[in-house]
Amino acid sequence: MIYSLCLVLFILGLYCVLTKKNLIKIIVGLVIMDNAVNLFFVLLGYRTNGTVPIITNDAEKSMIMQHSVDPIPQALVLTSIVISLGILALMVSLAIRLYEKYGTFDITKIRKLKG
Amino acid sequence: MISIKFLPLFVIIPLGSAFILNIFERKVKLLTDLIASIASGALFVLSILMFGVKGNYYVGGWPSQFGITLVIDGLSSYMLVTINMIAFIAILFSINYMEKFTFKSRYYSLLFLMLAGMNGVSITGDIFNMYVFLEIAAIASYALVGYGGKAEELEASFKYAVMGTVSSTLILLGIALVYSQTSALNMAVIGRNINTSDSLSILALIFLFAGFGLKAAVVPFHAWLPDAHSSAPAPISAILSGILIKTIGIYLIVRIGFNIFGVSQVFLNVLLIVGALSAIIGVLLAIGQMDIKRLLAYHSISQTGYILLGIGLGTPLGIMGGLFHLLNHATFKSLLFLNSGSVEYSTGVRDLEKMGGLSKRMPVTGVTNLIASMSIAGIPPLNGFWSKLLIFIACIQAGYLGYAVIVAIVAILTLSSFLKVQKYAFTGDVPPNLSETKEAPFFMKTSMIFLATMCILLSLVFIVPSLREAVLQPATNVLTSGKTYIDTVLKGQGGIIGAP
Repeated sequence: MIYSLCLVLFILGLYCVLTKKNLIKIIVGLVIMDNAVNLFFVLLGYRTNGTVPIITNDAEKSMIMQHSVDPIPQALVLTSIVISLGILALMVSLAIRLYEKYGTFDITKIRKLKG
Repeated sequence: MISIKFLPLFVIIPLGSAFILNIFERKVKLLTDLIASIASGALFVLSILMFGVKGNYYVGGWPSQFGITLVIDGLSSYMLVTINMIAFIAILFSINYMEKFTFKSRYYSLLFLMLAGMNGVSITGDIFNMYVFLEIAAIASYALVGYGGKAEELEASFKYAVMGTVSSTLILLGIALVYSQTSALNMAVIGRNINTSDSLSILALIFLFAGFGLKAAVVPFHAWLPDAHSSAPAPISAILSGILIKTIGIYLIVRIGFNIFGVSQVFLNVLLIVGALSAIIGVLLAIGQMDIKRLLAYHSISQTGYILLGIGLGTPLGIMGGLFHLLNHATFKSLLFLNSGSVEYSTGVRDLEKMGGLSKRMPVTGVTNLIASMSIAGIPPLNGFWSKLLIFIACIQAGYLGYAVIVAIVAILTLSSFLKVQKYAFTGDVPPNLSETKEAPFFMKTSMIFLATMCILLSLVFIVPSLREAVLQPATNVLTSGKTYIDTVLKGQGGIIGAP
């Protein structure tokens, strides 16, 4: 099933976050996870050969209800993409600052905190 | 007149202030402090005036199935008072404390964004809107943890951001699954449509609670908290420990668990076990710490466990104890973090072994810290004692003797841990390098004294029956009445339709 591909992508991202040592690769892993969820969300509202959900007159109402794709997940995913862009920008800037301080992207060498 | 019309102000005021503060950046220094304190003070007053107001606010006039509904009930107004009180105090404290940092106006901006997110989470009735507010609060908190810009702070901020993003992704996945099951985003409609025996709904519930659990730092997910909370500037630590983990963690767990999905014994057992584990492991990890802020951060895990344990009992008394402990923990833990900030401000030291005799040099910090320590350890007349007693009695009443023993043991361990803080930092001889230490400046003292007074006065909330009826009972009723939340919201009792 196509939904399971989203799950594969999600687990791939999680694996990347958990095992990679490079800060940038961790960030890429997070983005992959986010995109997997976004893809899943869009797929929920998708209908093969569906029409656009725009009603121009009352006669079309029932036809639209039966044949259109669900527009709400698309609107939600748009919001979610903007949010993940915000997180991405913040994390990349943190990674740049960390590189300035430690001179490396390797997370095993960034260890000034105890514990 | 105060009515439901003012509900959106809880989001509008902090969002607007966050924007305005950036305009005045570096123009007039006094102005940023003034705007920040007035805005947060106004929010605090508004939250008290709104206490007891119930109803819905339909944003843009759309009915609840289509648009965003803001809902205020007993639990929401309880959370709003807690959030806005601590935020106001933290901003007062920041006026002096943040002098040594640059770009104070941006700091205030981020703080107000976080406040807007937290207020929004507690009043929203729409699950996706909740996610958006949660992310606003979370992203602002990632930036604030690394605000100092030192190597350790950036490291903590990065770790926190990774954990936070993973948890947000889990929450979004949970929301997607819920939407696939119910075709609704309004929480009340979700509660009406959902079939909780369906396997996909259970999966959604697991994803949601794993996400909220990560945000609340309950025990299997607690590793990020000590780094993040101890690296942030002191007022931010106070907000993170005092209210952020409660709002975007515990509040959402109980709101969605009790009111939307409906309680089941399995869910209550999970809360009990997770709560008891957090309480014990948190305090055991805290005992060995010598860094004062890390010690306090570990205690946050432990006290969060108390709250979950109380609510997880599911009895009215247990829920009341848990919610009361939530408010109490917000006051005394914020006070303790402000104390640690005041000590750090005056001495530049965070290591307990390098301190000593500070009560003589900093009498206000010493006394308020003593009050807060006694309160968190559960010494009788103070507020922490009453909520712990409530949880203890509720455990026995519900027949969970084992959990009652855990509550008692954790209280004793907490006491020993804070005796250590008192012994190392505030009593004994002053080390030679600290002999010139001065007391903290005016606003820092004011905010600490205010919270210490609250620690004493809040015990009245439990002792005086009429206050208990007014403050704790409405919030408890929301949780004990379970899924009647759905009917209350859908019928829109006491609400108005649309903007005024």
